[in-house]
Amino acid sequence: MKEAFKKKFTRFTLCLSIALPMAQGAAAMEPLQSIGKGEGVLNVVAWEGYAQDQWVKPFEQATGCQVNAKYAGSSDEMVALMRSGGGDQYDVVSASGDATLRLIYGHNVQPINIALIPAWKDFIPQLKSPDFNTVAGVHYGVSYEWGPNTLLYNTKVFPTAPTSWSVIYDAKYKGKITVPDNPIQIADAALYLSKTDPSLGITDPYELNQTQMNAAVKLLKGQAKLIKKYWALASDEIQLFTSGDAVVGAAWPYQTNTLQAAHVPVAETIPQEGATGWADTWMISAKAKHPNCAYMWINWVTTPKVQAEQAIYFGETPANTLACKEMDKIQPGSCEQYHANAPASYFDQIKFWKTPLSACGNGKNDCLDYTVWQREWQAIKG
Amino acid sequence: MNPAKAISSLSWRRGWVAVMSLLGLPAVWFGGLYLAAIGAMFVTSFWTVDSLSGQLIPGFSLVNFQSLLSGHVYIRIAERTIFIAAAVTITDVILAWPVAYAMVRLAGPRLRAAMMAAVMIPLWSSYLARVYAWRLILSHDGVLNWALSAIGLPNAHIGYSNWAMWIVFSYLWLPFMILPVSAAVERIPPSLLEASADLGARGLATFRRVMVPMALPGMVAGAISTFSLTLGDYVTPMLVGGRGSDFIGNVVYSNVGVTNNIPFAAAYAVLPLCVMGVFLLVARKLGAFDAL
Repeated sequence: MKEAFKKKFTRFTLCLSIALPMAQGAAAMEPLQSIGKGEGVLNVVAWEGYAQDQWVKPFEQATGCQVNAKYAGSSDEMVALMRSGGGDQYDVVSASGDATLRLIYGHNVQPINIALIPAWKDFIPQLKSPDFNTVAGVHYGVSYEWGPNTLLYNTKVFPTAPTSWSVIYDAKYKGKITVPDNPIQIADAALYLSKTDPSLGITDPYELNQTQMNAAVKLLKGQAKLIKKYWALASDEIQLFTSGDAVVGAAWPYQTNTLQAAHVPVAETIPQEGATGWADTWMISAKAKHPNCAYMWINWVTTPKVQAEQAIYFGETPANTLACKEMDKIQPGSCEQYHANAPASYFDQIKFWKTPLSACGNGKNDCLDYTVWQREWQAIKG
Repeated sequence: MNPAKAISSLSWRRGWVAVMSLLGLPAVWFGGLYLAAIGAMFVTSFWTVDSLSGQLIPGFSLVNFQSLLSGHVYIRIAERTIFIAAAVTITDVILAWPVAYAMVRLAGPRLRAAMMAAVMIPLWSSYLARVYAWRLILSHDGVLNWALSAIGLPNAHIGYSNWAMWIVFSYLWLPFMILPVSAAVERIPPSLLEASADLGARGLATFRRVMVPMALPGMVAGAISTFSLTLGDYVTPMLVGGRGSDFIGNVVYSNVGVTNNIPFAAAYAVLPLCVMGVFLLVARKLGAFDAL
């Protein structure tokens, strides 16, 4: 009896502590009113390939803000880093859509004064105030770039591109498959199942009830027997493909670009089932020690030129529509190749990463939240 | 009287002053930092964390231990960790004996110094560099498979697997076994070996009934190193392990650095502490600390 009460009470306080910050969300903090003098330092948490000398060095010269970059391998790691040491160790983070809400509701990031970001007006409409970084009209970040998670394969093993994600669940490639070590990978399985097993009724790969989750976990547990290694950093996967330990896997375009530059016979494709993807946002820590440098950084990386450099380097699509021309200047045809001029329908095709919550989009409340996803993922890996 | 003399005569008259002044600093370090850290970890293991905001919720809850024990995942990971740590320890004992024996009993002074240097030299290079070297040796197109195909044997697929971890761990911690075992072998008086031979025992019987029991404390001392070092490692599983190669350390690491669930990590970290406690009790029974 006592135990049951305690459980209920804990649940109640838990709900409160989640609901309260949601209600307060916007009122928590006043955004910066004007950009002052740089503080000389900027501590960055970013994806691999997001803080390249190509645009970091000119930024340091132009603003005097010395950039210290820390790479993270997953959204979970980014959230943990932004919360570590009281939350004032890092100034900005390139958070994907499955981390942004956790950072906003966790009071880890501050509201952005969008008037101080001139490039914002040139963004594609979907990325001006997307619901993963703008809550109740308050901006908590500035969109950056986006792209699909792709299927990477060795062209010697696959002379023609695989048309289905089924190859990464196929026993034929046992011991030669690699996928990211990331709970959000469950969504890739769910997306695949939404097409191959319509009876499950999966409409959104990030909103799974217990039955749908069980099906995805079953698929992934079967896959686990075929996996060579779950990669944690992009460089891990690059080495696996270089040495021939893996011949097919889930990847980012960054790996494909790096491997192709090293003349490893690989190519990438988006299979018929579609793809999950990411849309990244630069956010500023609520306790940032260098807010002026942080704003200068966001302004720097949203300029068409840096947007183009980033897009070509990583193999993704810029948020700034003016970047298209710059991309073709650097590498003719790249605007088209990386979909910088693609119609809105292309954007809408990709199932962008978002934080799984217990509230499903359809009004029901029987979806599994991210804690469950993490637990299931550990169980899948064994 | 000058102050130095005053202190020395005080510590002569009051013995505890000398003891306190020598042990004071280590005691502060041990009590204040070492034990306090373990205590903090133990207390934290009963806390919980708010999944959305990531705030720690102090209190007393057994939920972390419940989720550790429910479901087989964490039990299996613990079993794997302990099993590989034990396998590595046994492997190192077997590998260390011939080396230690040759070094202490057979080699002349020069060869002995050279052997000792050869055992120690790997410890001077970075642990990471050595693990990465093994990754290159064992990978699909690595030195191992190159050598195998050169002599006409089929390729071995042990890169990124538990086998790879076993090999790399055994290699990494071997010096920590060779050193205490050779010290223990050195302490066996040669007269006992001769007495054993005089009584009719052949080489193997002497080894089994005289040398092994007498060197047991050395072996157990080495085992404490190899076992605890393997038990607490997470870098080697991350780099050379494959699917299903997570150690306790990897789960702790990902719960601290990735998931930000520090209470759960603390709860899981209590386990190796208990395992080592049991291990040390057994070691004491076997006389590992008699020579201290």
